[in-house]
Amino acid sequence: MVKIQWPMDSNQLSASKGEKLMAKLIAPRDAYGEALSGLGDTNKDIVVLDADLSGSTKTNIFAKKFPDRFFNMGVSEADMMGTAAGLAAAGKIPFASTFAIFASGRAWEQVRQSIAYPKFNVKIVASHSGITVGEDGASHQTVEDISLMRVIPNMTVIVPCDAIETRSVIQEIVKYNGPVYVRLARGKFPVVMPEDYKFSIGRGVIMRDGKDATIIAAGLMVSHALEAAGMLEKDGMKVRVINMSTIKPLDRDLIIRAARETGAIVTAEEHSIIGGLGEAVAGVVAEECPVPMKRVGMQDVFGQSGTAEELLAHYTLMPSDIAKVVREVIAKKQK
Amino acid sequence: MTEPNIENLKRWAKQLRVDVLMMLNKAKSGHTGGSLSAADIVTALYFYKMRHRPKETKWQDRDRFVLSKGHAAPIQYAALCRCGYFPPKELLTLRRLGTILQGHPDMKCTPGVEVCTGSLGQGLSMANGMALALRLDKRPSRVYAILGDGEVEEGQVWEAAMTSAHYKIDNLCAFVDFNGFQIDGAVTDIMNIEPLSQKWKAFGWHVLMIDGHDMGQIVKALDDAETIKGQPTMIIARTVKGKGVSIFEGKYQYHGVPPSDDELKKSLEELGVSAEGWPEKLIW
Repeated sequence: MVKIQWPMDSNQLSASKGEKLMAKLIAPRDAYGEALSGLGDTNKDIVVLDADLSGSTKTNIFAKKFPDRFFNMGVSEADMMGTAAGLAAAGKIPFASTFAIFASGRAWEQVRQSIAYPKFNVKIVASHSGITVGEDGASHQTVEDISLMRVIPNMTVIVPCDAIETRSVIQEIVKYNGPVYVRLARGKFPVVMPEDYKFSIGRGVIMRDGKDATIIAAGLMVSHALEAAGMLEKDGMKVRVINMSTIKPLDRDLIIRAARETGAIVTAEEHSIIGGLGEAVAGVVAEECPVPMKRVGMQDVFGQSGTAEELLAHYTLMPSDIAKVVREVIAKKQK
Repeated sequence: MTEPNIENLKRWAKQLRVDVLMMLNKAKSGHTGGSLSAADIVTALYFYKMRHRPKETKWQDRDRFVLSKGHAAPIQYAALCRCGYFPPKELLTLRRLGTILQGHPDMKCTPGVEVCTGSLGQGLSMANGMALALRLDKRPSRVYAILGDGEVEEGQVWEAAMTSAHYKIDNLCAFVDFNGFQIDGAVTDIMNIEPLSQKWKAFGWHVLMIDGHDMGQIVKALDDAETIKGQPTMIIARTVKGKGVSIFEGKYQYHGVPPSDDELKKSLEELGVSAEGWPEKLIW
């Protein structure tokens, strides 16, 4: 368990009341592209595959630096996953990138059969997850990928909350021998982690402590959860915020402790409430320490076109939406 | 290059066929037809062409083999066993709980198996990946794959076919075991794949057409493939489903059905061999 004092410093908040997040904005996919090309220098076994989206996934940074170790597979995600499996079979550490819906959906069976079942050392780093893909609409958004990937045995599933965590995730998963799915997004995320933060597979992070309830979030929702906690504090409610960046293997102990110590749990994810972080947490809470719980996320619906901000508001994934749900579970707890 | 001993290879092919029939009969399940149709090709690979060390399965310069039509696993298991990868008694455990010989190839269980196959259409992509990695590492190793004819109905095969040609993967040689049948019937009736050689040529492959039961032709095609530079080689091997035993020959009904005790007895009579002492004892 890692504990972070958030906010780290006053620069991360607006000058006014500290409720509106004004942190630096960086796209996690940019951090991915840079971290990957950095690792390419020291680890010659790293090879990278992309399916005609290298400009969007940012694997083009690696491609430019190491053209011999980059394979653009064209628009063929199934073949990309199989080729990555073969590269791993012969000792390489392949990173395969495309949009999350194609990595997890189009190529699901290849990921299952060719990568996860043999437990090959393939890192699937998918960008453009969730609904913040925005204007491209539901065909290119992904509300199912966490669910699709976490159900596969041998698979590790990671959803970094910002650029700093993304960089650390990329560095750490290279040290782990086995298949990993990393979920990145298109948009710029507020930086919520300290510069020296070090990610560890399977460990959640307490971002802010509290005793009245716990918000367990992943990805962009971590910053929204922090904002929600700020709002609730004004009303006298102290809410714990956990960044659960590893969705599998899940940090069960941290969840059980949160349930015991705060008595109410809200999960927040930019993903369907079916099969995602919310259900993973609910499983632990139900088995180990049942307390009032609610899931913030996509309520079994597809997204649509719109700006990221508009969509987050439309599908009630904003800080105020999370705060509202936290109030509900706290009220339930007091009954 | 060592001169192939065709007669010796034919003898091994017969041994592997007997192993397949015996294993499947004992297991009471498994794929008879497609295992027998690939028997001669698999024999030529393991007993003639491939550089491999059964006692050093992770030898880095070994050639790689991918049985993309994973349901023919018994023929690969027979070859691996007779090469010395594992003791013959393991053949008695095919498809049993806890066996090293899973229903479809599993590299985590079976010494000498490189990847996991069984879900059709995925092997060629994996073969490409291995061949690319070996080329990056400047190893002399070559990669061999066997695809089924029904299998090429899978779209991923053609994605992979493009990749092999685009990346000029010439340390790769693949076969289509063209036995003409898939589970539901004749390939021409279920989903016609012809003109097959023209398709592979159009995808940028060097294509050879052979009789997949003529050991001399198989061996020559494998030697020729090695000389082809700048493109991958596809050997389209015309075969007979269930080859070697008339009860099974050309019958799609035996795609996924093992020989009964009576069929096994007739098969061994037709092959003119005794299974006494199997699996420890060889047929000669």
